[in-house]
This record gives sequence, C-alpha cells and structure tokens, in this order.
Amino acid sequence: MINILVEVRFHGRGGQGVVTAADILAVAGFKDGYHTLSFPTFGAEKRGTPVASFLRLSDKPIVSRDEIYYPDYVVVMDPTVIGPVKVEAGLKPEGKLIANYPKGSEDLKRAMGVDFEVLTINATKMAMEHLGRPITNTAMVGAFVGATNVIKLESLVETINEWFTSKELAEKNLKLVEEAYNYMREVCGW
Amino acid sequence: MKKVVRGFYSIAYSVKLCRPDVIAAYPITPQTEIVENLAKMYADGELGNCEYVTAESEFGAASILVGASATGARTFTATCSQGLILMSEVLINAAGMRLPIVLVNTNRALSAPLSIWNDHQDSMILRDAGLMQIYVETNQEAHDMVPVAFKVAENPKVMLPFMINMDGYKLTHAYEPIDLLDQEVVDSFLPPYDPPVYMTTKNPLTFGCYAPPNYYAEFRVVLQNAMERAEKELEKAYKEWAEITGRDWGGHVVTEGVEDAELIAIAMGSLTGMVRNVVSELRNQGKKVGLLKIRTFRPFPAKEIKEILKDVEKILVFERAVSFGYEGPVGMEVKSACFGLTPEFYSFAVGLGGRDVPGEEVMKIINEVYDGKVKQGFHFGTVKPFEEVVV
Amino acid sequence: MVMKITLGGVSKPHSSKTMKTGDWGTEYPVVDEEKCTACKTCEYLCPDACIVVVEKEDGKKVAVPDYDYCKGCGVCFSVCPAGAIKMELKEIYKLEVC
Repeated sequence: MINILVEVRFHGRGGQGVVTAADILAVAGFKDGYHTLSFPTFGAEKRGTPVASFLRLSDKPIVSRDEIYYPDYVVVMDPTVIGPVKVEAGLKPEGKLIANYPKGSEDLKRAMGVDFEVLTINATKMAMEHLGRPITNTAMVGAFVGATNVIKLESLVETINEWFTSKELAEKNLKLVEEAYNYMREVCGW
Repeated sequence: MKKVVRGFYSIAYSVKLCRPDVIAAYPITPQTEIVENLAKMYADGELGNCEYVTAESEFGAASILVGASATGARTFTATCSQGLILMSEVLINAAGMRLPIVLVNTNRALSAPLSIWNDHQDSMILRDAGLMQIYVETNQEAHDMVPVAFKVAENPKVMLPFMINMDGYKLTHAYEPIDLLDQEVVDSFLPPYDPPVYMTTKNPLTFGCYAPPNYYAEFRVVLQNAMERAEKELEKAYKEWAEITGRDWGGHVVTEGVEDAELIAIAMGSLTGMVRNVVSELRNQGKKVGLLKIRTFRPFPAKEIKEILKDVEKILVFERAVSFGYEGPVGMEVKSACFGLTPEFYSFAVGLGGRDVPGEEVMKIINEVYDGKVKQGFHFGTVKPFEEVVV
Repeated sequence: MVMKITLGGVSKPHSSKTMKTGDWGTEYPVVDEEKCTACKTCEYLCPDACIVVVEKEDGKKVAVPDYDYCKGCGVCFSVCPAGAIKMELKEIYKLEVC
C-alpha cells in the first residue's frame, strides 16, 4: 500500500526553470528517502510560453505517469500565468498554493476567488537581487521547502550544490534558496 | 548505484558502458538528449576509442552506421518521429544487410499536423522493416535493455538491427531514481562484438548485393528465420540479464492476474504502469481483470500471447497508434495471434500526439468494456467534440 | 465550445497576431528618442519583428517597440550602437510584498 503520495504541480513560463524546479526537488526528495518522479509538459518549445511540470514523491515506487490533476501543492513561478492558466485547478481543499506574486496573498486570494491556503513571495525581486536575472525556480523551490516541510532544507542545499557545475552560480542560488526558505518559514510561523 | 537522473541520461550512460565504436546522429530536432549526453561524454574523453559523427540528417546518420557496422564496429544512434521515418530506408537496408545497429527511438507522433509529442505512430510504421522492436515501461527498464539489445543484435544467430522504443517525454524527460549499471556487470554480460563478416580496406566486400527474382525470396526466408531465432535468443538474453543483475523484467510478455481473468487488458510502453495500477484496483474490488504487457513487438511472441488469451472472454488493447483504414496496429497483431479463439475484442487508441491519459480514463475504459457497455472493435479514447471545416 | 478541424490542418496566415505575447517577458525595452539614430540595427535583429523604425509627425525617425508582441528578450538593448534602448522591469514584478 502507498502510505505517502505527495503530488505537486509547477506553473510558469518557459525559461524560468519550471521544469528544473521539479527536477531539483525530485533529486532532493530522493535524498530524503522518497521514490520520486518529475516530468514536464510542453507547449511550443519557446521561451515565454506557459509551461507546467509535475513532481510525485512517494514511499513506494511510482508507476503512474499521467499528469497531476489533483495536486497537494501548486507552485507558481510567475504572476502573469495566473489567469491565462487556471493554476489552482484540482488543488485539494487542504492543499497549498505557493506563488511568486508580489502583491501578497490576500490580494491573490481575492483575485482568484478561492479560500484555500495561499502563500506568496516576491521571487522575481529576490532572483533579480541575487542572480541579476528573473529566473525564479531556485527561489520557488526554497519557498516550497519552507512552506511544506515535505523535503529537508539540507537535502535541497546538497542538491543545489551538485546541480550547478559553477561554484559561483551554486552559491548565488543557495543564498536565494535560503532567503526564500526563511521568508516562507516566517510567513508560515514555523 | 541509485541516482535520480533524466531518462535521456540513463540511456546514454548505459550506451557508454556497452563500449560503442561508432555513434552517429543528426543533432537537431527531432533529436534527443541521448546523443547530446553521448556527445558530451565523447568530448570529455569518456567513450574511449569511440567515434562520434554528427550527420547532416537522420538518413546520413543511419547511413554512416551502416558503413561503420559493415566494418565490424559496434554502432548506436537515437532518434524519433520524423527522424526515424527519414532513417527508414537505410534501416530497412541495414536489416537486409544483417547489420546489428542498435537504436533507441524516443517515441513521438508523426506530422501532419505537426506534433512533437508522444505516441507510437513512428515505430509502428517500421513494423515490417526487419528490425527487432521492444517497448519499455520505465527508464530503468530502458537503461537495462541497452546491453540486452547489443547482445541479441550481435548474436551470430540473429544479426539484425535492434530498436528500443521508449515513450518520448513520459519517460525521456522524466527524472526518477535509476540503479545505474557498473562497467563490470555490463562487461560480464556483453562480450566485445565479434562480427562473422566485416570489410576492411584490404578486404573489400559488397553488403546487400544485387538479388534478381531467382535469389531474392531466399534472402527473405533467411531474414524471417533470423527473426524466429531472435525470439529464442532474446528470451535467453532476458533471462541471463535477470540472473546477472537481479532485475527480472520478464520475457517477451509479462502478465498479472490473467489466470482467472474474464477481461485482459493489453498495454505496451510507459502506459503499462498506469494500466497495472487500475487493474490491481479493480481486482481489489472483485472484478476479474488481468494485465498483459507486451515487451517484445518484433519478433512478435504470438504463440505465448495466444496461450495467455486462450480462455479469456474479453480482450482490451490500449493502442498508441492507428493504422488508418483499419484499426490499431497492436490489436491487429493480437487478433491474428488469437486466430481460432473467439473472445470479444476491443481496442482503444489513447494518448495520441501526447494527449495525457489519466488513470480515470483507463479506469473508465476498462469498466465500460467489463460491463459490456461498449461495442466490440476499435475506438478512439477521449476525443472532444469537433466539426470538420475546409479552412 | 466545438473545435474546428480544418481539412489538412490548413490555417490562414497571420493567426499568430491573435496570440499577443507581450505579457510573456519580465522586462520591456524603452527607447530614448533623443539618443536613437534610427539606424535600424534593432529592427534587423529583433527575432520577432517587434521593433520598427517609424517616422514621427515632426519628421524624426525613431525605433518603436510593439509591446503587444515583444517578449522582452533584450536583443535590441544588447545591439543598440547608440545605447538608446534600456530594459525596464514590468510593474507587476516591482511591487513590494504587502
């Protein structure tokens, strides 16, 4: 029997690292002892189109490779896909939506007309400060880990260190991860 | 060593361990990261004496491999969809020349309309090409089948090209834990290629010579015989692989719960896991359903399949391609294997052009067939309402 | 809604015009009309034909980005020999967290 099955859906635009975000967490989750599976879905292969990717974590090997229709968590990398893409579709009532949305969670809840838990972070601003580029995936994986307790921060840090071959880039991204992580811990009161 | 890697990488890594001599590929769409990874390994000096040739087209890539293989080299390429179709003329020749080229096809749909997404139309069109074809369910299975492919293709009793089919995107782009093979394991399983015939500059030969009508048929008989031998040799290789690695992927087919089943669902490729899940859920509900996973498609294990299906009332095939003007290609093969049996037959083409196949859809199809709510024959899975217009 | 399937997958030209890609980018180019020399380097190199030199009412020629379709790639900014183009972060990304 499957005792644990966490399903996460990521939304964003091509070029923001939506696919990589799920992949990084698949590697980090494996370090925590989960069986993991991450995979993307593509529109046209162009920078800027809305993209989604998926992550499953389980205590048993994962055989289902269909897309995730009823996620436990939704992570949104870019505020502008909210609306054009129905990011909250199928989110479980006890689920969480974690969004890069500078206007804050109350505003987003009102805009979407939903009442499940919405957590927001200004990841673009953080990414611009640390990387100088609006690539929000590492900030958002940090935020995800901070907001969910599903994966340990240490595993994520280890993964980031392995992921980037350039030490400088790894360090910059680590700072970004930690800032986003700490921010989310504070928001969640943990 | 278990590591979370991308599907593409798991193949490239496995190919590296097989010590290929020549890899040729066309590096642009619809190419895959398999050869991208191999190109990097080559550039980093990890491929030993292997030659990596970037071709001007898939036709060129396959042609380079035909030449290389004729000199006795162990050869590999990867492609998909339009690329495979462009290769097809050369691959059919390679089969006739009995050159054991191994290729991985990362199944994708064919144009037109233009699609880059996953289904089995590309490889199904090569059904009659003389290539051995297997379909894998997971990236681990794909990783494991590369050495098996080389071993069987290069077996002197076989000497045929081998195509491993893995679903594009669903497998290739997925990150999942893979138990990466050790070099020693592969070396103990796969001996160096010892070609029964090969040419050199000092020993020039013609491969695929001219065969007028009084010769041609005999060559074809020999090819058919090789395929028949391949069925046994492949079975042996599967077994030997299971003994060496402890990972038993089964034989040409794998079954679950078929002994008492009234309905047997048949699937190939990455969809199988999902169908297995649904079947086991339905069995828990007391429904008599079973699963038949077809791993080897060419040579087609017809006798085995007939034996499994001999007492079943309903056969349900999940197709990932269509033979236009008739029905799904796997169902056609299954039906012909079942000649003389009289089960009800259903087939559903699902996931065409990368459309997602949710568990709910698989559940609905199996239930409806089980409960007798669908007509026998060929159907399309989920299709939205549409109207045909000129422009 | 019932989708239309055209014979042969035929589509009419300019269908891309209905797809406004202007909201894709994080940044957008701003042209300093004083510095712009209307050399057309940006026009030639824009991958989406989204910046064009036009003649204004006063007769001065300047490069004008088409924000309906500009994806904010920044090529125009990189190639401008006069340094007349700069990239600005869109408002939606600038707001402080409440």
